[in-house]
This record gives sequence, C-alpha cells and structure tokens, in this order.
Amino acid sequence: MEGMAGQKSSLAWAVNLAAFLLVLLWTIPTLGLFVSSFRDRDQISTSGWWQSFSGSEQTGFVRSGTADDQVQQDGVYVIEGSVVEGSQELSAWGTGARQPAEFQPGDTTEIDDGIQLTVTEEGTYRMTSAEPFELSRGERIFTTTISPPEFTTENYGRVLTAGGLGRAFMNTMTVTIPATVIPILIAAFAAYALAWMQFPGRALLTAAVVGLLVVPLQVALIPLLRLHNDLGIGKGYIGIWLAHTGFGLPLAVYLLRNYMVGLPREIIESARVDGATDFQIFRRIILPLSFPALASFAIFQFLWVWNDLLVATVFLGNTREQLVMTGLLRELMGSRGGEWEILATSAFISIAVPLLVFFAMQKYLVRGLLAGSVKGG
Amino acid sequence: MELFWLAISTIAIGVFGCVAWFWGSNWILDKIYPPRGDRAGDNIRRANQIRPWLFLGPAIVFLTMYLVYPVLDSLWRSLFNSDGAQFVGADNYLWLLGDDKFQESMLNNMLWLLVVPALSTLFGLLAAQLTDRIKWGNIGKSLIFMPMAISFVGAGVIWKFIYEYRAAGETQIGLLNWIVTQFGGEPQIWLTLPGWNNFFLMIVLVWIQTGFAMVILSAALRGIPEETIEAAILDGASPLQVFFKIKVPQIMGTIAVVWTTITIVVLKVFDIVFVMTNGQWGTQVLANLMYDWMFRGTPDYGRGSAIAIVLMILVTPIMVWNIWNARKEVR
Repeated sequence: MEGMAGQKSSLAWAVNLAAFLLVLLWTIPTLGLFVSSFRDRDQISTSGWWQSFSGSEQTGFVRSGTADDQVQQDGVYVIEGSVVEGSQELSAWGTGARQPAEFQPGDTTEIDDGIQLTVTEEGTYRMTSAEPFELSRGERIFTTTISPPEFTTENYGRVLTAGGLGRAFMNTMTVTIPATVIPILIAAFAAYALAWMQFPGRALLTAAVVGLLVVPLQVALIPLLRLHNDLGIGKGYIGIWLAHTGFGLPLAVYLLRNYMVGLPREIIESARVDGATDFQIFRRIILPLSFPALASFAIFQFLWVWNDLLVATVFLGNTREQLVMTGLLRELMGSRGGEWEILATSAFISIAVPLLVFFAMQKYLVRGLLAGSVKGG
Repeated sequence: MELFWLAISTIAIGVFGCVAWFWGSNWILDKIYPPRGDRAGDNIRRANQIRPWLFLGPAIVFLTMYLVYPVLDSLWRSLFNSDGAQFVGADNYLWLLGDDKFQESMLNNMLWLLVVPALSTLFGLLAAQLTDRIKWGNIGKSLIFMPMAISFVGAGVIWKFIYEYRAAGETQIGLLNWIVTQFGGEPQIWLTLPGWNNFFLMIVLVWIQTGFAMVILSAALRGIPEETIEAAILDGASPLQVFFKIKVPQIMGTIAVVWTTITIVVLKVFDIVFVMTNGQWGTQVLANLMYDWMFRGTPDYGRGSAIAIVLMILVTPIMVWNIWNARKEVR
C-alpha cells in the first residue's frame, strides 16, 4: 500500500502472488479444454491433460526377428532390428514378463546358451550367437518407452467435416445475427422516446422496462410456444428471432435510455431550435453519439443468444438439422460421453467465437456492465 | 447455403421493416399534421403528442407480447389441469407444497442463493482489489472475466474435465480426482456425492460470475475518493483495515447491486444443472423441474406453469427494489 515503504516490497510480492494464483485458478479449467482438444482419444482417456506436456510412458513387448532374418557377420550369426517406433524413447527393457524393466538401454544379457542380446539407447537390438539360430518365433523383448508430448489437429478436421458441428455452427449464426441486429433498432427508437420526448406515462413506462428486466424466461416458454402455433409460425427461425428480440428488449431499452439521457442537452435543444424533427435528431445526432451503448448491447445480446440453450431447445426443435451448438454439445455430453476428443473439440469451437468477440470488444462490454445492469440468464 | 440467404434476408427485411415503420409513420404523421401553414402551431403540438408512441410502438408490442402476456397467461394456466381443459383452482400449488422434488428444488435454490452470490462477490472483490494494484492487472482481469463469455453448456463440458471420475488405481483424468489421489485420497464421483454435489455445480456458476462482480467492484473501488484512504493511512490504519473499514463501506451500494444481479441469475439457473446432472442425485432446481414438467414425457402445463409462477414470485422483491432504485435516478 502507498506510503508504507518498509512493508512495500513484501506486500507487493504477496499481492502479485495472490493475484497470480487467482488468475491461474480461473484459467486452468478453460486451458484444460483447450489442451484436450488437441489430444487424440487414447491420450485423453489414459492420462490427464496436465500430463500431456511431459512424455507419456508405455509398456509392451515386441518380437525379435526369426531364424529367417539372421545374417552372418565376422563369424557369428546376428539378428538385428528395432524395438521402438517413431520418436519413442526407450527407458528400460527386459526379456521376461515378470521383470519387463530388468535392464537399462545399452545392457547386454545372455538369454540362452551362447545367445547374447543387446538393446541400445537408440532402441535397436542385436542378438548374436556362435551357432546358427533356430528360432521359428521371435524372442519377446519387453520395453518401457516414453513417447514425446504429442498434439494433433486431427480432431478439428474430423469435427468440422462431420458430426453435424458445421451445420450447428451455421444454425447458431443464423439464430444469432438477426436476433442481435433487430432488437437494437427497435430499442434505439424506444430509448430515444423515453429519454428525450415529453409525453404522459413516460416514468411509468421506464419503470415497467426496469421491472421486465428480471422476468424469468421460463415463464414465457409455454405461452409463447402456443402463441406461435396459433399465429402459424410454429417452431423455427422466425419464432426464435422474435422470441430473442422480445427477451432482449428490456435490457436494450434500459441500457440505451440510460446512455441517451446522459447526452448533452444543448446539442439536442439547439437542433430543435434549428427546426430539426425528432426523426432527424435521432438519426443525425443521437444514433451516432450512442455508438458505445449500441455496441455494448450488441455484445451482450450476441453472447447471450450465442450461448443460450433453453430458448433454442424450446423454440427451434431438436432434430439434427435444427440443433444449435449448445444443443449439440448437450447431446454429445449425454449420448457420447466416451468420445472425449469430439466433445472437447466441439466445445472449444463453440466457445471460440464468443471468446474472440469478448477479447476484441471487452471495452464495450465493461462499459455496458457499468451502465447499470445486466440481464442474467 | 439457403440458410445463409434466409438469415441475410431476415436481417434485411427486419432492418428494412423497422426503418420503414419509423420513417414511414413519421412521414404520414407530418402529412396529416403538416408543421406549416396557418395551423402550424396546433399541428406541431398534436404531432408531438402522437410521435412518441410511433417511436415506442414496436417496443411496446414486443414487450407486451413476449413478456407481459406470458406472465399473465402462465398465471392463468397454472389454475388449470395438465392439458388446460379443467379449472382446478389452487390445486397445482397445493400439490407443489407436498411434492418431494419441489421441496428439494426449493431447498437447493435457497442453497444456491446463499452460496453463489456470496462467493462470487467475495472472489470478485478480492480479484478487483488484487488486480488493481499490479502491473499486469488488466491481463489478469481479462482472464478472470473470460468465463463470462462462455456458455453454461460449454462450462459444463469444461468442468467435466475437472470432475471426471475413474476407479481407484486407474489413471485419473479428472483434475480434481488426480489432485485428491496425489495426496493419497480416494477418488470420488463428485457429481453424485449427496449434498456436496450441489456445491460442485455451484462452483461452476461462481467461476462464471466472479468476473462480472470483479469488473463492477473494481470500478467502484477506483471511484473511492483518495483523501479518505490517505487520511486512514496517515492515522496508521493497516492495509486490511483500510480495505474493510474504509473501502468496503463506501462501495456497499455497488456490492448490493452485484449481489442482487447474481441472485437473479441464480434463481433462474438452468443450463448448468440441465447438462451436468439433469437434476439427479438430489441436485434438482426450480427451472429444471419446470422444464421436466413442461417438456418431458406427457407435458403438464398446469404444474409447469405453477412452478414458473413460483419463480416469478421469487424474483418479484428484486424487481420492486430495482424499480424503486431506478425511480430515484429518473428524477
């Protein structure tokens, strides 16, 4: 804290450390998903994602060559080959199932009368004998190998080309964009009327908007579904656009009104004196000046619609062709709980877009939050 | 591809429709009451009486149709039987009182209500205070704030990688169980652990909401006049005293706003429970219970609506409080 020179540095250290721990704690879950989406199914189900940065240990055995593979070198018979694949590294080996890690790489042992076996650090083995080999089956060489950290982008390829995610992505886009754009327009006009026009009932309407901010969506589901059926809209995009527009409006009107009220009165008054109509004032003055508030709401609404599950489940139907990404994820979690790599990758793709929007436009999001209120779920 | 064109044309029609309405209705109004000629003054006055309603019209229609009407309709429907054919009075509500699942849901919702706003606000306050004092604070803030952008379903998947269970002796691939076994503990199936599983679900929401609390509280902390803090330091207050006795009391109003906002989120919590446990193992909450009655098996609109109305009643105090606060602002 300022003004306490003696304790300052140790306190600063403690603050830095505490902040770091907190940030770490909050980042780890998402990081886990991110890392997992680059691992294949076996890796995910045999080791934790946090272990993926160190190599993974595997045990197994390979069979040496048989008598057919022997060559004669310098008077002895030799069978040669390798016990490792690709970039694996050998850490131990053995010749019996009881002691599969008996020897170190580079050791030599005698497996039978006069037969010497050497396995080198590079993973090559060399079996030598003074007499010709008579092996019809290869000797078993037990190995303990370490595979280097391995990551793959294959999941992304698979998920994007099949499995319905591409379709779900398009569906989500189709739902989100109109459901973000349309309420903004409607709300902007209403907010202007509430902020700068004189008419009876203005205070009451403003209060009503504040009240409607907290109405639980759940209340609206059944009545609206029936209303849509009666109107002949049924389940589909039109219905979900209308629903999201309705649900987003209280926040939009509230945010925009609060912002517009704060705009300088003189500009608007002088425009009025110059004979501008309300429509002109709105279009030429209010709308451009309100850009930050419009952006704030746009981000809120975008994130909210993109991440919504309930409204989409109810108003859009649940067939494969109609699923949005949250719905698809839910289905993946339920029916294919074992396909971790698909789940992780799909989840990461579905959160990537909102995260991008979030990091790119954080400034506006924060400003919107500080403008007074947020809609929650 | 046709989907793409459908979306584009909807935006176009929507935007064009809105603009056409606002512009067209204004134009017609000016035609009917032209703001010139010998009756100009009278006309302008009349036009200005009507114009606000043209601006507000679409919003009022939407708000009425999509929020006001459903509340009334639900209220009405909750007085009828499952298919809405027979009036049953308060039977649905009486049934709720005796229903085990409803009691469990109410209890769980109350538990959520106690834990999540408190923890989120606490961590938010801590995060705000810590990150305001360090150089890389803004990056730290972004990272703590980030879960806000993640859907509840996405969060469910993310936390699945934390809570996953493997039998003892196998390699644990859930982080929590791995840590537990590293310290010699027994791996647990966290999401079925009676009583505790609720807390594991709550943690997910705390993780999401802390960033929100932090952003608001951080702004409030910065708004505190420097003089009060300096005066306290000169008087020999320790950092902790400064924080709890000088700073926190001054941002009490903001803490209340954060608390109530998160409370509303918590009351309506649905997705997290829906995807992670679906209300099994004693984790049912009101919103998911309502979903069950409305959309699973044979729908019972009467009971479902009754639960929805209970939710509505629970948020009403906050609604009134919000309106009360807003009225003070409106002047």
